[in-house]
Amino acid sequence: MMKWVFTGLIFLSVIFGILTGRVREVSSAAMKESSNAINLIISLMGSICLWSGIMKIAEDSKLTGKISNLLYPITKFIFKGLKKDSKALKTISMNMTANLMGLGNAATPLGIKAMKELEDEEKSSSTATKNMITFVVLNTASIQLVPTTIAFIRQKYNAVSPLDILPAILITSMVSVISGLLVIKIFSCFKSKDK
Amino acid sequence: MWTFSDLIIPLIISGILIYGLYRGIDVFNIFIKGAKQGIGISLKIVAPLVALITSVGMFKASGGLDVISNALEPIGRLLFLPTELIPLAILRPISGSGALVIFENILKDFGPDSFVGRVASVMQGSTETTFYTIAVYYGATKVIKTRYTLAASLTADIVGFIISGISVYFLLGS
Repeated sequence: MMKWVFTGLIFLSVIFGILTGRVREVSSAAMKESSNAINLIISLMGSICLWSGIMKIAEDSKLTGKISNLLYPITKFIFKGLKKDSKALKTISMNMTANLMGLGNAATPLGIKAMKELEDEEKSSSTATKNMITFVVLNTASIQLVPTTIAFIRQKYNAVSPLDILPAILITSMVSVISGLLVIKIFSCFKSKDK
Repeated sequence: MWTFSDLIIPLIISGILIYGLYRGIDVFNIFIKGAKQGIGISLKIVAPLVALITSVGMFKASGGLDVISNALEPIGRLLFLPTELIPLAILRPISGSGALVIFENILKDFGPDSFVGRVASVMQGSTETTFYTIAVYYGATKVIKTRYTLAASLTADIVGFIISGISVYFLLGS
């Protein structure tokens, strides 16, 4: 699917570039943005290493297991077929905790790790399993209790009360996540052999 | 001056370290072991990041965003969404930094307590950079067929955009 996103965006940018007379900008963006990606990964690498290290401590001291047990009543409904002491489920729980607290930088490395553990545990080859898809969708629809970044920016532009939008954000996130999960449910019903 | 949210990260890091010491763990060496895994993870996501950021950057430079925004204007009007928010809705799933710029401009032009400013805040807060997440998460695995991942996450995004207008309208008024 991502191949269509990749080629689609580039194809559209060539078409629109010609139509709007901005071919030169498109061309220089291709060069500039590819090196921007490397700059981004260099700055991300530090926080990925930091959180991977911290989480390894949490894992070895059995802290992640405790958080995983705490979230188990919720996660067992969302992720089917994973054992309670599964490594992937523990990392998923840590990722969800980081997301809820609005720690995007911590959530990403944990999410990537959880994907690799899901891959090992569910023995997927080149096809995404239902649990993988569910996990990615949970992460694309941000679920956070305190949207710190948004509140900070709203404060910067002198909002009377920066967090007055919190109930609206929570409702919107919930409805959006549930609709994503519903689509997964519908799609997986079509395939009876689905894991 | 600092607020409680500034305290969260230092508290979590020190809390986990202290708990590790309490459980008798060699926290430094375990940290190093984990951080080394982090290097591997970072290297795995380099290639998908280059692909995504380059294609999104080219699209932004082409002016295609304005053309598509204009085309979607009538649909936005049907859904309580002010037309100023259409570019944000289109850019939000594909570019986190691009969406942030548009978001800040909306707050600057309309004010954070206007209807437009509030709906923009809810949009920004209730969705993520979908394409980035999909590319990076699957990029670390051997998965090629992502099946209905994109369909499900884009549905969640679109529903989120629609609900953001409606929820602000009913909770905070227009």
